Amino acid sequence: MSKNTTWLFKMAWRDAKASRVRLLLFMASIILGISAVVSIQLFSSNLKDNIKLQSKALMGADFTLESKQAPTEREQQIIDSLQPDAKEINFVSMIAFPKNGGTKLVKVRGLEGRFPFYGTINTEPSTASTSYQELSGALVDATLMLQFDIKPGDSIKVGNLTLPISGALKAIPGSTAISTSVAPPIIIPFASIEATGLLQFGSRKEYQFFYKRSDSLNIDQFEKDMKPVLEGEELDLDTHTSTSRRLGKRYENVGNFLNLAAFIALLLGCIGIASSVHIYIKEKLRAIAVLKCMGASRLQSFLIFLIQIAGIGILGGFIGSLIGIGVQTLFPYLLKDFLPFSVEISISAQPLIIGVFLGLFMSVLFALLPLLRTWYVSPLEVLRVDEKASQEPLKVKLLVYSAILLFLFLFSFWLLNNAIYALAFVAATLITFATLAGVATLSINSVRRYFPSRWSFTARQSLLNLFRPNNQTVVLVVAIGLGTFLISTLYFTKDILLAKTDIEQSSGDANLILLDVQTEQREAVEQSIKANDLPVMSVIPIVTMRLHSLNGNLVNDLRQDSTSQVRRWVLNHEFRATYRDSLIGSETLMDGKWTPRLEPGAPVEISISDNLVESTNLKVGDAVIFNIQGVLMETTVGSIRAVDWRQLHPNFTVLFPVGVLESAPQFNVIMTSVSDEIHSAKLQRELIAKFPNLTVLDLRQVFNIVEDILDKVSWVINFMAFFSMVTGIIVLIGSVRTSKYQRIKESVLLRTLGAKNAQILKITAFEYLFLGLLGSLVGILLALLSSLCLALLLFNEPFVPSAIPFLVFLPGITLLVLIIGLSNIRTVLKSSPLAVLRKEG
Amino acid sequence: MPNILKITGLEKTYSSGNKQLTVLHDISFAVEKGQTFSIVGPSGSGKTTLLGLCAGLDQPNAGNVELCGHDLNTLNEDQRAQLRNKDVGFIFQNFQLLPTLTALENVSVPLELQGDKGALKKSIELLEKVGLGKRVHHYPSQLSGGEQQRVALARAFANAPSILFADEPTGNLDEETGEKVIQLLFELNKEAGTTLVIITHDLDLANRTQQILRLKGGHILTNERTEVL
Repeated sequence: MSKNTTWLFKMAWRDAKASRVRLLLFMASIILGISAVVSIQLFSSNLKDNIKLQSKALMGADFTLESKQAPTEREQQIIDSLQPDAKEINFVSMIAFPKNGGTKLVKVRGLEGRFPFYGTINTEPSTASTSYQELSGALVDATLMLQFDIKPGDSIKVGNLTLPISGALKAIPGSTAISTSVAPPIIIPFASIEATGLLQFGSRKEYQFFYKRSDSLNIDQFEKDMKPVLEGEELDLDTHTSTSRRLGKRYENVGNFLNLAAFIALLLGCIGIASSVHIYIKEKLRAIAVLKCMGASRLQSFLIFLIQIAGIGILGGFIGSLIGIGVQTLFPYLLKDFLPFSVEISISAQPLIIGVFLGLFMSVLFALLPLLRTWYVSPLEVLRVDEKASQEPLKVKLLVYSAILLFLFLFSFWLLNNAIYALAFVAATLITFATLAGVATLSINSVRRYFPSRWSFTARQSLLNLFRPNNQTVVLVVAIGLGTFLISTLYFTKDILLAKTDIEQSSGDANLILLDVQTEQREAVEQSIKANDLPVMSVIPIVTMRLHSLNGNLVNDLRQDSTSQVRRWVLNHEFRATYRDSLIGSETLMDGKWTPRLEPGAPVEISISDNLVESTNLKVGDAVIFNIQGVLMETTVGSIRAVDWRQLHPNFTVLFPVGVLESAPQFNVIMTSVSDEIHSAKLQRELIAKFPNLTVLDLRQVFNIVEDILDKVSWVINFMAFFSMVTGIIVLIGSVRTSKYQRIKESVLLRTLGAKNAQILKITAFEYLFLGLLGSLVGILLALLSSLCLALLLFNEPFVPSAIPFLVFLPGITLLVLIIGLSNIRTVLKSSPLAVLRKEG
Repeated sequence: MPNILKITGLEKTYSSGNKQLTVLHDISFAVEKGQTFSIVGPSGSGKTTLLGLCAGLDQPNAGNVELCGHDLNTLNEDQRAQLRNKDVGFIFQNFQLLPTLTALENVSVPLELQGDKGALKKSIELLEKVGLGKRVHHYPSQLSGGEQQRVALARAFANAPSILFADEPTGNLDEETGEKVIQLLFELNKEAGTTLVIITHDLDLANRTQQILRLKGGHILTNERTEVL
């Protein structure tokens, strides 16, 4: 190291030592921003690695073939030709525990073979995972057994069959706590399924065939080879690699939100850096001019402070990375219910390097503009302050701004993996920045132009502070406003995200839904309900059908047509349609005319839902032919409905008018309303005893589970939002705190001239109140606008803004700014003017 | 004696909006090596502007400044900084110590800029010479005005400058402290054989230099030799 370099480091250290409090605040911004990014990036990469590593254990097999109906002869040939190693049939049904009469909706899985081939079925006792097959017993979800106080050895009634319980099922590959919350799994031998008598007409069931292959099989190639074989069949091939890809995608959304929160935390950190360094360097200009007088070159003066900032960036990045590594270990715990596997946390040097590098890069980049002033400051400033003399040229400023924008774009692209989102994010930040700076400048000009000369001395002094030389109005309004904007946007976005998963329920609605009621059972079921003094609120007939043709194009041809815009699921889907003469609350007519009943001689005009329109491009007047269990039915699209699928009420993609499907084979859904759990359990017990094939959905239970899930999701989202908000507050403290050095001298001089403490307090309070109010109000209003755009353009959701930012953030942030501002002049109020003047030089 | 500072036809104009304000008009004079020289004049006469131009802190609109044999018009900012570090010392009215550096660090900066290995040792000696041997580790805010100016004196002489510019060196001090500082300044100057250029209102102080340049409204009124006491 040359002598010159050693001296530069020495000078940087000497100066930093004396400014450590200010620099610590500056470092806090970096630490929080980096720790958010590192923790989230680490967790995301661990999640991806785990999914990849555990892909076989996640599926339990190398690949599966799956069908939503009993395989056809051709399909069975394909299945057999590949020699399945295990098979399963599963469906949702009610079970009963004879020991205490308890009933519950479960997912019955009938297994044959030694599935899973990778991973294990975790049971208590552990021998039960294999013995249930030999003993024709059942494995029952462990939580369910706890809820109903059931022990291994007790029995379970599945349809017509009563089996002994071999053990408690704790985990099976591919299941999450949440996916099994509504219908917990029960595993029984495949051979016992027939005896349950539950495979009746209309019941939803799934056939799965599991395959194990040697490691040498190229699974992706195999998937490609099988594609033409499976073309046109109702069989779905799933490989362990495609499962892991799908899983990765499923958690991408969680990752994207966390990334957004991390980006906001980092951006807040960057604002913290920019505003702290701006004021910090401003105070150093005189000292830099002195250094230049003594012969320091422009480069030397610039490097002293660059070394300081870079050093703090590296140190902040290092500490932030360490905190991030610590925080990421929390995520698996927070998200454990969402993940079908355990996430092993591994720690590598890479995030530490990224964190340090990011800390260095962001601090230098965002400090560059104020740092450049050290280059341009004239030594003449020692003799007289000439603001213009130390202004950096416009070209240099533009270059730095461009570099910052490029960094923001590249970084958001790295995090969000989408160029358009990244661009939109940068544009939104830029617009916000410009608006805030514009509003601040406008306020300064307005106050100056319409200055209230008749106001009291203290009020006038406060207002004067807003536009006097060395005022902090623009810097603080931008820092406070941008911080509030980001925090509020996160809050509004969180609301949109949570509202998206929200489920509506109103009192008096049906809360007990009986599924799979066969036509011949209908009257008896209705009588049982009425015998319990409960209302039969609605009976919904359901007719299953498949598409035969769309506008004259046969479904089979559409399957072969690679240019077809019709989505594949539609072509293979078994539609469950109903008929009625009116629309219900969850439906809104969007287009066409609703036909309540079929008029003699008129064409059959059906109503389709908006999501079917998206998948088929059908419009009013188009011809659709359905295959209703062998009978072809010609229909015309008469209307299109918007359906609110969030309402827990049977909703339909295809709706027929009355007078068409009455004689078609059908089953029913019956809905009733039960006042409490005791009555609900009693009715369920009676119904399951009489009609074992019935599936009863108790919406109250579902609501509880969904609420629990939403609580957990909210917790994770709130946790990350909180992280960003803490960064925002630190930045605010940093920005307002650094402004202390601008105001302290003036306050001391006023005090010297005879101003009372109360007057100085009032002057300061009014100034910070104005800055806090203006910054946070503009920030929230801008956040409202950006969230509205996000809701309409990105999430496609109606936006009902929360009042929290207005009721909590606006007064909260203003108060915070006020408190920090007032604490700044505490020194002035407590000590003698001379002492402060000496201290402040 | 050869000239260490030679000013020829110096003019300085400032712009304020559309208005041009000329604060120095056609200034020419010379300072001999080792001479003590003072510039006096009322407020607004252009004294400080002249000092800035002489020391290469600013650039004139017209005319030449030749300092230590270098035409300042031909040097860029960094070359002028190098010249200042090697040959020029400064004392300011409000001391202008670096607030984040101790007294010792302040004094050693010019030496460290030169890469002097014995910077700290020399700085301690200088501080002892100005009577601050026991306050070397104090920060400027912990020193009185007189003490701060003595640190500034030590700093000004640290790089053994050929020429020293002092801008109202006693302007911020009481009479008694000011007198002590001035005595110290002249002692150190004599010892080091440095050329001294003082800007002052104080005619008594000016009379203690070998030559006085009187300025008014940006013009030279007189440039006379004095009988040094």
